[in-house]
Amino acid sequence: MRDNKKTYWKGLEQLTNDPEFVKHADKEFAENLPLHKSNEDGSASRRDFLKMMGFSLAAASLAACEAPVRKAIPYVTKPVDIDPSVPNYYASTFVSGGDYASVVVKTREGRPIKIDGNTLSPITQGGTSAIVESSVLSLYDKQRISGPHINGEKVTWPNFDVDLSSKLSSAGTVKIVTNTILSPSTEKALAAFAETMGNVEVVTYDPISNYGITKASETYYGVGVLPSYYFDKASVIVSFGADFLGTWISPIEYSKQYSKGRKISKENSNMSRHFQFESNLSLTGANADYRTPIRASQSGLAVLALYNLLARKAGAATVNAPAIEINHLSKAADELWANQGSALVVSGSNDPNVQVVIHAINDLLQSAGNTLSLAQAAHFRKGDDARMNQLVTELNGGSIGAVIFYNCNPVYDFARGTELAEAIAKARVSVSTSEAMNETAAKVQYLAPDHHFLESWNDFNPKVGEYSLSQPTISPLFDTRQAQESMLKWAGVSTPYYDFLQANWRETFFTSGEVSGDFQQFWDECLHNGVFHVSNEGLGEPASLGDISASAAAIGTSYRGDNTGTELVVYAKVGIGSGAHANNPWLQEMPDPISKATWDNYLTVSQKWANDNGLKMFEGATKLANLTVNGKSISVPILVQPGQADGTVGLALGYGRTDAGRVASGLGVNAYALLDSSKGFVNYDVTEGVTVELTGDSYKIAQTQTHQTYMDRNFVVQESTLGEYKKDASAGRYHPKVYKEGEFFKPSKISLWAGHKYSQHHWGLAIDLNSCTGCGACTVACQVENNVAVVGKQEVLNRREMAWIRIDRYYSSPTGATSNKELEQAADNPEVIFQPMMCQHCNNAPCETVCPVVATTHSSEGLNQMTYNRCIGTRYCANNCPYKVRRFNWFKYHDNQDFAGYNVAQNDDMGKMVLNPDVTVRSRGVMEKCSMCVQRIQAGKLTAKKERRKIQDGEINVACAVACPSEALVFGDMNDPESKVYQMLKIQENTDSAFKEVNEERAFHVLEEINVSPNIWYFTKIRNKDINEA
Amino acid sequence: MSIKRSFLGVPIHLGTLLLAFFLVGGVDAYAVNPDVSDSEDAIQAGQALFNANCKTCHKLDQRYTGPALRGVTERRELDWAKQFIVNSQLLIQSGDAAAVALYREYNNIVMPSHDFLSDGDVMNLLSYIEYGDTAEAATEAGAVGEGGATGGGGVPSEYLTIMLVVLVFVLLLILVVLGLIVSVLTKYMNSSDKLDDEDKAFINQKGSVKKLLTSDGFIVIVTTIVLALVVKTAIDGIYGVGIQQGYAPAQPIAYSHQLHAGQYEIQCQYCHTGVEIGKSANIPSANICMNCHMHIQNVGGQEGISPEIAKLYDAYDNNRPIEWVRVHNLPDLAYFNHSQHVVVGGIECQTCHGPIEEMEVVYQHSALTMGWCIDCHRNTEIASQGNEYYDKLVLLHADSKDALKVKDIGGLECAKCHY
Repeated sequence: MRDNKKTYWKGLEQLTNDPEFVKHADKEFAENLPLHKSNEDGSASRRDFLKMMGFSLAAASLAACEAPVRKAIPYVTKPVDIDPSVPNYYASTFVSGGDYASVVVKTREGRPIKIDGNTLSPITQGGTSAIVESSVLSLYDKQRISGPHINGEKVTWPNFDVDLSSKLSSAGTVKIVTNTILSPSTEKALAAFAETMGNVEVVTYDPISNYGITKASETYYGVGVLPSYYFDKASVIVSFGADFLGTWISPIEYSKQYSKGRKISKENSNMSRHFQFESNLSLTGANADYRTPIRASQSGLAVLALYNLLARKAGAATVNAPAIEINHLSKAADELWANQGSALVVSGSNDPNVQVVIHAINDLLQSAGNTLSLAQAAHFRKGDDARMNQLVTELNGGSIGAVIFYNCNPVYDFARGTELAEAIAKARVSVSTSEAMNETAAKVQYLAPDHHFLESWNDFNPKVGEYSLSQPTISPLFDTRQAQESMLKWAGVSTPYYDFLQANWRETFFTSGEVSGDFQQFWDECLHNGVFHVSNEGLGEPASLGDISASAAAIGTSYRGDNTGTELVVYAKVGIGSGAHANNPWLQEMPDPISKATWDNYLTVSQKWANDNGLKMFEGATKLANLTVNGKSISVPILVQPGQADGTVGLALGYGRTDAGRVASGLGVNAYALLDSSKGFVNYDVTEGVTVELTGDSYKIAQTQTHQTYMDRNFVVQESTLGEYKKDASAGRYHPKVYKEGEFFKPSKISLWAGHKYSQHHWGLAIDLNSCTGCGACTVACQVENNVAVVGKQEVLNRREMAWIRIDRYYSSPTGATSNKELEQAADNPEVIFQPMMCQHCNNAPCETVCPVVATTHSSEGLNQMTYNRCIGTRYCANNCPYKVRRFNWFKYHDNQDFAGYNVAQNDDMGKMVLNPDVTVRSRGVMEKCSMCVQRIQAGKLTAKKERRKIQDGEINVACAVACPSEALVFGDMNDPESKVYQMLKIQENTDSAFKEVNEERAFHVLEEINVSPNIWYFTKIRNKDINEA
Repeated sequence: MSIKRSFLGVPIHLGTLLLAFFLVGGVDAYAVNPDVSDSEDAIQAGQALFNANCKTCHKLDQRYTGPALRGVTERRELDWAKQFIVNSQLLIQSGDAAAVALYREYNNIVMPSHDFLSDGDVMNLLSYIEYGDTAEAATEAGAVGEGGATGGGGVPSEYLTIMLVVLVFVLLLILVVLGLIVSVLTKYMNSSDKLDDEDKAFINQKGSVKKLLTSDGFIVIVTTIVLALVVKTAIDGIYGVGIQQGYAPAQPIAYSHQLHAGQYEIQCQYCHTGVEIGKSANIPSANICMNCHMHIQNVGGQEGISPEIAKLYDAYDNNRPIEWVRVHNLPDLAYFNHSQHVVVGGIECQTCHGPIEEMEVVYQHSALTMGWCIDCHRNTEIASQGNEYYDKLVLLHADSKDALKVKDIGGLECAKCHY
C-alpha cells in the first residue's frame, strides 16, 4: 500500500463532503434538468402536439420517400496538388502581436481545418497552445469585416484608396499604432509608407506588456532587448509571478524547455527544481515544487531580499531593503547559488525597477550565456508603455492629424482605452486594419480589413537569427486586403506584398551573400520548412552596467512589507490571454486550467476572505461583489480560489468585450479599465485603493471542476517526491491486491474474461503526469480534430459539456476538512496535480458489456469503438464507465438556432468549413467519447498498406499528443518493440495478449483495483522536494 | 370396379413420371458434350480464364449477373455456346432466338466480347465450366437448399417454372378426380336402400359457402395470412428505404460509359484519377475530358459538334463546373476509401460497380447496404502477397485451413468504417 496519506480534492465542496456534492458525484447525469428551453410546467403544449403530429406524419411517409438528388461537382480544371479527400500540409506561422508559433496547417480540398506545431522550428519545436489550435476557427468567422468601409459604408478598394490617400497626405502628423511587429518586411513596408508620407511615427504597445524587461535591459545592459530564456538548461528555476508555462511571453517555447528538465527515468533522475512566489495561483505556480503565496506589494521586496541573500554569498555589495520574511526564499537562494550557471530567475512584474534587480540576480548567477541570452535577443515584446501613454495624451490634445491602428485594439486593451475611445474622434483621419470588428475599429472612420493570417503572406523574425514565413492556405474569403499591401498602396507603391516580401528576402539573405545558389530553390525550401536560421547574426552577451541602487531605492518606496489592504492582481487566462481571440467559442468553453471555469471572468479570492465575509461557494453558485479600484467600480462574481495569497484578489484580462462579435460580446468584465499607466509602465498589480464589497446578488459560474468525479475511489492520481523516487522507483505507487481463496493477487491476475488477442497492433497511450503542465492545448486540439460540439454556458452549468479529453485538476492537502478553519488551512496553499483524462480504451470495458444494442464494441487493435449510428441513447455505458469519460448529446448541437451563438463551427455555412470531413458530426441522442483518433490510425494504416510496408513508430499520432507542448502524451503500438511507448513502459516480451506486463515502476493504471485493464498508462508525478517534505 | 382402377391409375402414373422427372432434373439432368475434355490440365487452364474474364458476372452453379453455366453444352449446341462466348452481341443481332431470349431474360445486360480467346481457350473454359469445382457446387446447392432461397440450385430455372406448372396441373386433376369419386359414391349410396333417413340426410347435406366464410377457423386463417403479408411487405419496404439499387438518374451530359470504357476501352483510372489516391474516385474534371475532346467533337466521325459535347465546351470555356448527379450515395456515417479497395485489395471496379463498360447510362449496380459490404468482407481474401504490412498476420494465420480473409483481421469491426 502506498504511504501517501494526502487527501485529493477537485473543489472545496468535495473537501468538505458537502451533501449536495455527494449527491451529484454519485450520479453520472444531473437530475431533473429541463430538456426544453421554455414550457416550464412540463405539460405538452399545442406546439408539442404539432411536433408529434409532424413526427408521425414523417414516419408514415418515410417508406414512400425517395432519397434526395445529390450532386457531384468536379473542378473545371483540377489543381494538380489538390486531390479530394487527401490532406495537404503547409508550413506557416501563427502570430498575434508578439505571440508566436511556427505551425503546419492541414488543408482539405483547399480549406484549412487543423493547425499543428512545426517540429522544424527551433523555438516552438512542434508545440502549440490552446490559442494557436483554435485560431483556425477565427478564419471562418462569418462576422469578419466583409470589405473596406468609410464611415460605416461599404466601398470598393479603388475608391477607398483614392479617398484615404488624399486625406492622409494632407493630414499632417501620422501615427501608426501597433502591437509588437515581428515581421521585418512589414517594418520595411511601414518605413516605405513613412518615407512617402513624411512625419510618420510608429508607436508600439502590447496588451500584456513586458515593457519592464526591455526597459530594465536598457538600464542594466544598455540594450533595450528582451532576453531569450532557456528553461531546459536550468537546474533551479525561481519565478516571481511569471506564468511562463501559461501566459508569459512565449509559453509554448518555455513549456517545451521546462518539460525537458522535468523528464526523469531510473537511468537519469536529474530534474530541475522550481520555486514560485506569486499572488494568484497560476498554471506555472501549480507546477512548481515549492510555491509561496505572497502579496503583490511584497513582490518587489522579495526580489530585493533574494538579491541581498545572493550578494552576501557572492561577496558583492548588498542594497538597502526593508526586511521581509518570505517562506522558501532563503532555500531558493541557497540552491540558486549552488547551481550557478544553471540557475534562472524570472519575474512577471512589469515594473522596470524590479526587472533591473532580476537582471542583477541573473548576473550574479552567471545566467547570461547559459540559461538566458541577451545576444540572442527575443523580439516577442517591443511595446513602449511610456510612449503609448503619451500618445493618448497627444491624441486628446488634438495635435495628431491621422492615426492608423495596425491590427491592434487599444480602446479595449490599453489601460487608458476609455480616454482613447473619445480621443480618436479628435484626429482628422482614423484608420483601422483589423480583420474583425473590435472596440477600436468601431470608433474609426476608415476600415481597411486585413486578411486572416491563414490568408496572408508574411515573414517573421522572432529571435535574433531565427526567421519564419507564413503563406496563404486559402484564397481570401472576404473582400479584404493584406494590411502591408494597403500601406504600400497608400504610399503610392503598387507592388503586391508578396513580391515586396520576396524582394526583401532576396536583398537581405541573397545579395548580402548569406545564402548562395538559386534564389527560387532557397525560397521554396524556406517556404517548405517554414523556418530559416541565420547562424552569424547577433553579437556577444553585453556587459552589465552594474548599478542597481537607484532601482533598489525605488522598490523600497513603492513596495511595502506590511500592507493590510486588499490588493488586486490582474492576470491573463491561459485560454483567453489578452482577449484578442476572445470571440472564439472553443477558447471560451475550454475550462481554465486552474479554476476550471468557462465562459467568464471573476474575482479570485482566498478561502480566508470567503470565511471572513461569510461567502460559501458551491459548484459555481456564488455572489456578486462590487470591486472598486481608485474610484472605478465594477460588479463582478467571486470565485474562491485555493492558493490565492491572503489579502489579494485576482481578475483576468480578456473579458468585458463590447464589440467582439456574437460569442464574446458581453461576457465578463473588462480588467484593462482598472489598470494604471501613470508611472510610465502599465502596472498589473494594484496595491492600493482596492475595495471589494459583497452584494446579495447571486451568480453562477460555469465551473467543470466537480463534474465527472470518481465515487469515493482514491489512488486516481499517484505521486511521490524525487528523494523517495531515487530510493525506490515505485515510490508513490499504489499496488492493489485482490483476495481470492486465501491468497492476495494482483487484480489483473483474476479475471472473468478470456481476454482479447491483438495480433497486429495494440494501440496505447502513455501519459507522464510529471510532464503535463495542464495547459489545455490537447483539449482544444481534440475539439478541432473530432468535431466536438460547443454547448454554451448554460449547458456547462447543466453538467453537459462535450469535451472528449478533460484535464482533471486535483488539489491535495495533508488532511480533509470539516470546519471552516480546517478548510482555510487546506486551501491556503495546496499542491496541484493535473491528469489528462479521456476514454481509457479498457480491455475489459464495462461500457461494452452493458450496451443493449452493441453500439460500443472492442476492436482487434485494442480500441473501444463507439458506433453512433447504432446507438439508441440508453446511456447505460456512461453510467457504467468508472472514468466518466462518455458524453451524451442531449441536444442536436449542429444546425440548431439555439446553439448558433456558441457552436459556430457546426451552425453556419462558413463555420462548417472547419469541420474535419473524416469525423461524423454527432446528432441528438447518441453517446460519444474519445476514439483514440481512429480516423488517423486508419489513415496511417492505409498509407503503410499502399506502400506495402510496416507502420513506423511516430507516423500515426493522436491529436492531443501532437499538440502537447511538453510531450506528456506518447501514443504508439504496444505490440511494436521499436515504438517509444513500448520502450517507455518497458513491456515484458512481445506478446499479442491484451494484458501487457509492464516493467516501468512509475507506470500505473487509474483504478487498477477494478481491473478494467485500460490501454492508457499514467506515469507517477514526481515532485522535486526533499524527502522529509513529502 | 374397372372404372375406379382406371381413375386411380392416372395419378399413380403421373406421380411416377414426376418422380422420374425430379431425379433426372435434379441429379443428372444433362449429359455433357463429349467434345469437352475432362482432363485436369484443360480444367485448370479454363479456371484461369474463367477467373480473369467471367467470374465477375458468372458462377458455375448459381444464377448471378448472368446464368449458371454448368450444363451449357448439354443445353445448347457446342458451336452456339462457342459463338456466344466469343461475341454474344453478334449472335443476338443475327436474330438467333435462343440468344435473344437469354439476352432479354438477363435485363439486356451486354456480355463483353471475348474475341481474343482462341478456340482452344474456349474449349478449356468449357471444360472448367462442366467439370471444375464440383465440390463447390455441392456445398452451394446445399446452402441454397437449407436457406430455402429460390434461384435454382442444380436445376436451371426454366425447368423449375415448368415443374411448377405441371404440379399445379396435377393438383387440379386430383381435385377433379376426387370430386368425381364423391359424386359416384353419393349416387351409389343413394341407390342403396339399407340406409335410414338420418344417414341419407348426412349423405345429401350441402356444404354452405356462407357458413364456411363465417366460421371462426376461416377468419383466423385469413386474418393471419393477411397480417403476415402486410408485415412482410412493411419490413421489406423499411429495409428498402434508402436503397437505390438500379438508380440511373439522367445526367446533365448524356455521357456513355459503354462508348468510352466499352468500345474505346479507356482505362477507368484515366478519368477517375482519385481511385488509387484517396477516398473519392473523383468525377473527372472538365480538363480531363478536354484532353481528348479538344479534337474529338462528334461521335463516330460525324460532321459538326455533337450537342452533348457542346455542353462540355460550354462548361470548359465559361469555367462553369458540370453538375453531375451522384449515382452512388453512401450515408455520411460510413467511411469508404477507394484506394484501400483498389490499391491494397486489388478489387476490380466491376466487382462493385457492375458491367460499367456496358452501361449507356450509369446505374447503381450493387445494393450498397451494410449487409452487402459485410458479405464481401466475410468472403474476400486479403491480397497479402508481397505486402509487408500483412506479414505478421499471415504468419499468425498460417495454422488455419482457411485463407486469410478481411474478416480475420478486423474487417467486420464497427470503427473500420464508422467514426
